[in-house]
Amino acid sequence: MPVAPVTKVVTGYLRPHKRFPSVWCAGCGVGIVMGAFLRAVNSLGIDRNKIVVVSGIGCTSRMPVYLDFCGLHTTHGRAIAFATGIKFAKPELTVVVIMGDGDAIAIGGNHFIHAARRNIDLTAIVVNNETYGMTGGQYSPTTPQGSSGSTARHGNIEPPFDICDLARASGATYVAREAVYNARRLETLIAGGIKKRGFSLIEAVSNCYTVYGRYNDFKSQIDMLRWQKEHAVPIQSWQKLPPEEKNSKFSTGVLFQKDAPEYVDEYDKLIERLGGKTGGAKSES
Amino acid sequence: MKPKLIQGNEACVEGAVRAGLTFFAGYPITPSSEIAEYVSGVLPRLGGKFIQMEDEIASASAIIGASIAGAKAMTATSGPGFSLMQETIGYAGMAEIPCVFIDVQRGGPSTGLPTLPSQGDFMQVMWGSHGDHPIAAVAPWSAAETVELMVTAFNISEEFRMPTVVLLDEVIGHVREGVDLSLFDNLHVVERMKPKEKPEDYIPFRRRPGEITPLANFGEGYRYHITGLTHDERGFSTLKPNEIDANIRALVSKMDMVSKKYASSYSFLMDDADFVVFAYGCSARVAKRAVTLARQKGIKAGLLRPRLVWPFPEHELRNLGSHVREILVPELNMGQAVREVERAVAGKTKVTRLSKVDGELFDPEEILEAITKG
Ligand SMILES: Cc1ncc(C[n+]2csc(CCOP(=O)(O)OP(=O)(O)O)c2C)c(N)n1
Repeated sequence: MPVAPVTKVVTGYLRPHKRFPSVWCAGCGVGIVMGAFLRAVNSLGIDRNKIVVVSGIGCTSRMPVYLDFCGLHTTHGRAIAFATGIKFAKPELTVVVIMGDGDAIAIGGNHFIHAARRNIDLTAIVVNNETYGMTGGQYSPTTPQGSSGSTARHGNIEPPFDICDLARASGATYVAREAVYNARRLETLIAGGIKKRGFSLIEAVSNCYTVYGRYNDFKSQIDMLRWQKEHAVPIQSWQKLPPEEKNSKFSTGVLFQKDAPEYVDEYDKLIERLGGKTGGAKSES
Repeated sequence: MKPKLIQGNEACVEGAVRAGLTFFAGYPITPSSEIAEYVSGVLPRLGGKFIQMEDEIASASAIIGASIAGAKAMTATSGPGFSLMQETIGYAGMAEIPCVFIDVQRGGPSTGLPTLPSQGDFMQVMWGSHGDHPIAAVAPWSAAETVELMVTAFNISEEFRMPTVVLLDEVIGHVREGVDLSLFDNLHVVERMKPKEKPEDYIPFRRRPGEITPLANFGEGYRYHITGLTHDERGFSTLKPNEIDANIRALVSKMDMVSKKYASSYSFLMDDADFVVFAYGCSARVAKRAVTLARQKGIKAGLLRPRLVWPFPEHELRNLGSHVREILVPELNMGQAVREVERAVAGKTKVTRLSKVDGELFDPEEILEAITKG
């Protein structure tokens, strides 16, 4: 039975004196993403003293509270910019940035595209619930056109971003997407992103049934998962779909990958060229 | 050593390096850009890190991230960029992360006068970010003093775990002066206090009156949580009134601690002065000349120039208020520091404001005229 070991792995990474019940609604997909992330960390055998989890503001961004790593809960939208400072100053750290869709590509869109362009070695996990969850279901840059929200009472007229397309176009070297319905595959994709040196983006599709669902036709968590099951299509199969179906469904898996020079490595080369000494800030002095 | 001709903006970098700077993130803006330009040449040679971020919000965020990872970090900007940084400055205050911001003031509001001097950010330093938070600011009046006060700024920031501002103006940023840099090679440099207890016992935001908890750099075995939310001693958000209260009071109490240890001002002909000009930055340079001219006319004028401008030197002014007949505050704004002077002297003596907002520096004669009128 896989269930018991999975749980054990996860609890081993939670803060001993913290902090349940969590802020998340029962059945929210953020918990599934957290589990997938922790199993990925475990499978990679990363020293937990060398991981930093950085988040912005939103439901998703509360995750570092629960994780027994160094956690930095920053300002709305700026998580990637804080993370850039951490990674650049101390390159030996594994820096994972966890954000909501609003955090990452509305208020934080500028930081998102520029971190991808620099190809700095961060792993960005964006939990796409297609809305602003924490502030009550306003429409976000990923809200599908035509669906409703607390600030889209008459239906959203804006076209949404495809977060993965945006990451790829901006220069990310690892781009993946999975629905929380497929938790085990999500775990593999997150592990792949952490392993990849460069800017990695993993979009976790996790619709918010509580506030997004209220304005649309999802009555329960189960409705959401059923919707994911029916709409998530592995990339190989998705490519073969006729155009109409491509539009209504979404592709999953590693959507894009390439090799390109990584930012901190390039800077270290610059220091060496100048005869300086590399190795980050002199934090031990 | 021979004096070297350097600009105030370059002096910022010379000072920062002497303070142990290892990380700079910034976004260009006149009249501060030379700081980024100069540091981009200097830092990589020393093995430090320079990055040009996509905007000022990113720059402020990056230096805080770097600081938590153990770097001595700073950014540099001017009014519009400083406005963008305000949310993050509040974060640094709340999360108690050392970091240094250089603000080379230019004329405002808005994009205002990019290339002309102003002192319009004086209040923005203290009140630009929302909520009650600690912040310190030093205001040098020469390239040489900029080197020295950069080190002070880093020391305050590291010692008290709070954001510190170096408040320049366009004139001080761009002035070129001969500076003997070797004079600043042996300044006292504060290193960040590290926790001595075992990681399990570390309480990152411990509230003990008069004490600052050492900061554990990320990645060195101390796993804890930092947030901009109002938090308890362990760093987790709280809604308990006693913890909220303790959090905010602990932050604000740093202002007094800084004031006690780092208050610093320059006095010129103050011993017998009964007419005091209170000025900082470029205005103080002009005021010094005006005071000399006033003395030639037999007026007992003196100059008081705060070097630490926030926390504001209110005790010093309160004492002055009881025995001088007038305090004149010439400023390149419509009246900012003067409000603090008025508050400090509380009606005990006459306070006169002299505002100049036409993009020009004061002329010594203008200040002299205000002195002779008084
Ligand atoms: C500068 C700023 N603007 C607005 C907010 C209010 N705010 C908090 S969370 C949030 C959006 C959250 O949506 P998302 O990032 O998608 O995360 P979710 O809660 O859905 O996980 C907003 C707008 C804020 N905290 N700071």
